Amino acid sequence: MQEAMIKRAKELLTDGTVNRVLGWQKGGVAYDATPAVFDSAEALEQGFVYDDFTAANLSKYLVKETKNEGKVLVFLKPCDTYSLNQLTKEHRVNRDNVYVIGVGCDGKADVEKLRAQGMDGILGITAEGDNFVVETLYGNKTVAKADVLAERCVVCKSRKLMTYDEILGEDGEVIDSNRFDMVEQLENMTSDQRYAFWQNELSRCIRCNACRNVCPACTCEKCVFDNVNSGVANTAAADSFEEKLFHVIRAFHVAGRCTDCGECSRVCPQGIPLHLLNRKFIKDINELYGEYQAGEDTDSRGPLTNFTYDDCEPSIVHERGVE
Amino acid sequence: MQVEKKEFKPTIVAFCCNWCSYAGADLSGTNRLNYPANVKIIRVPCSCRVNPMFVLRAFQRGADGVIICGCHPGDCHYTTGNYYARRRMTLLFSMLDFLGIERDRTRLEWVSAAEGAKFAATMNDFVETVTKLGENKRLEDLRCKKQ
Ligand code: SF4
Ligand code: SF4
Ligand code: SF4
Ligand code: FES
Repeated sequence: MQEAMIKRAKELLTDGTVNRVLGWQKGGVAYDATPAVFDSAEALEQGFVYDDFTAANLSKYLVKETKNEGKVLVFLKPCDTYSLNQLTKEHRVNRDNVYVIGVGCDGKADVEKLRAQGMDGILGITAEGDNFVVETLYGNKTVAKADVLAERCVVCKSRKLMTYDEILGEDGEVIDSNRFDMVEQLENMTSDQRYAFWQNELSRCIRCNACRNVCPACTCEKCVFDNVNSGVANTAAADSFEEKLFHVIRAFHVAGRCTDCGECSRVCPQGIPLHLLNRKFIKDINELYGEYQAGEDTDSRGPLTNFTYDDCEPSIVHERGVE
Repeated sequence: MQVEKKEFKPTIVAFCCNWCSYAGADLSGTNRLNYPANVKIIRVPCSCRVNPMFVLRAFQRGADGVIICGCHPGDCHYTTGNYYARRRMTLLFSMLDFLGIERDRTRLEWVSAAEGAKFAATMNDFVETVTKLGENKRLEDLRCKKQ
């Protein structure tokens, strides 16, 4: 795939369709590809990578990129195309300035899962068929790709590309995934159990803000969490209240706009399951206001900027789930 | 040694929309209807002015229960504000419940300017409910506690 992508990118650079390419380059370690902009065929050949670890959703970078001169070529996975649609809808990205190559996807790997299998000191990773051969300080090890698939890919909601100018690889289908299972499990716990669960998860947060910074829905020029007068600005939580405040508000701000791309959970250095908060909102919206998938289109009204006269009252919370 | 047991009186923050519920509260006052003095009313221009952050902040600063009151659906001074508020607060309350915060600590009620009696009754009922729950521990901020 990497070869085909470089080839196509070079063609589009040469014929003048685009003047730069947004992709990934090798990071410091084998499993850490980082987003990068390439502006020449040479740069592409030297640095462009695409493999099972190029997980970053590039759509958010377009907010800045599309403000520059000329068209930019971007490679998007199916889940990233939802984000681009949402950004287009919110007028954060000028779609006319982007040339999208949709890349068929069968899931990305999660290095934490490799580590969980006892692979420390990873030096290099090579894909061989359905397996990875992992070169470590302690010798080579083989692991099935399927066993180290990222959580968001295990419960992937759709491998269908929502917006593109052309496709490389195979377009997929919307999947009837079981991504809400864990949310449901929590809903069926008692409120004491839920409280204990979240205390344990949220107390690990170091307020690095990575979850916000990476999120394609969090594109505010001025974020509440940057306002020094707000008392919640960019500091590690001094009280467990602050953890809850940050997480409820972050998730609320993206409610109805979060496409469940999974970036927030991916980048959290503390392994906090932020997707459960986002999915709780998505699940509630689906159940109370009708099925809605953010990023499916570019013109519908989002569920929180909309209403019907016979919406349920908030007391519905008492009738659902476990006390 | 005898320890004096203080009766728990919850602090309630009531966000009341200027056009209906605040006037409703006023009316219940003019009619000399009783509702507990520990209900602190904050006047807002419309129920949809209430940002989720307000609710959390109220808890942080010592509320044991938070209630939002607005005009009845269809009667909002700005026509549709309360419909948006209804969705937002439903999702917020549900999320707080999801985090294990007692669901009885939050409420939304529609009270018109003519419903002084309903205002008093609602507040009495809410205070009673929150009193049963006891002090807000799960959304408290120790730094904001009075010594
Ligand atoms: S957390 Fe809220 S204010 Fe901050 S960037 Fe995200 S949506 Fe905007
Ligand atoms: S909240 Fe997380 S899953 Fe949702 S759009 Fe933002 S990064 Fe993606
Ligand atoms: S990425 Fe994780 S640790 Fe960092 S602020 Fe978000 S939840 Fe907290
Ligand atoms: S003005 Fe009362 S709810 Fe909008």
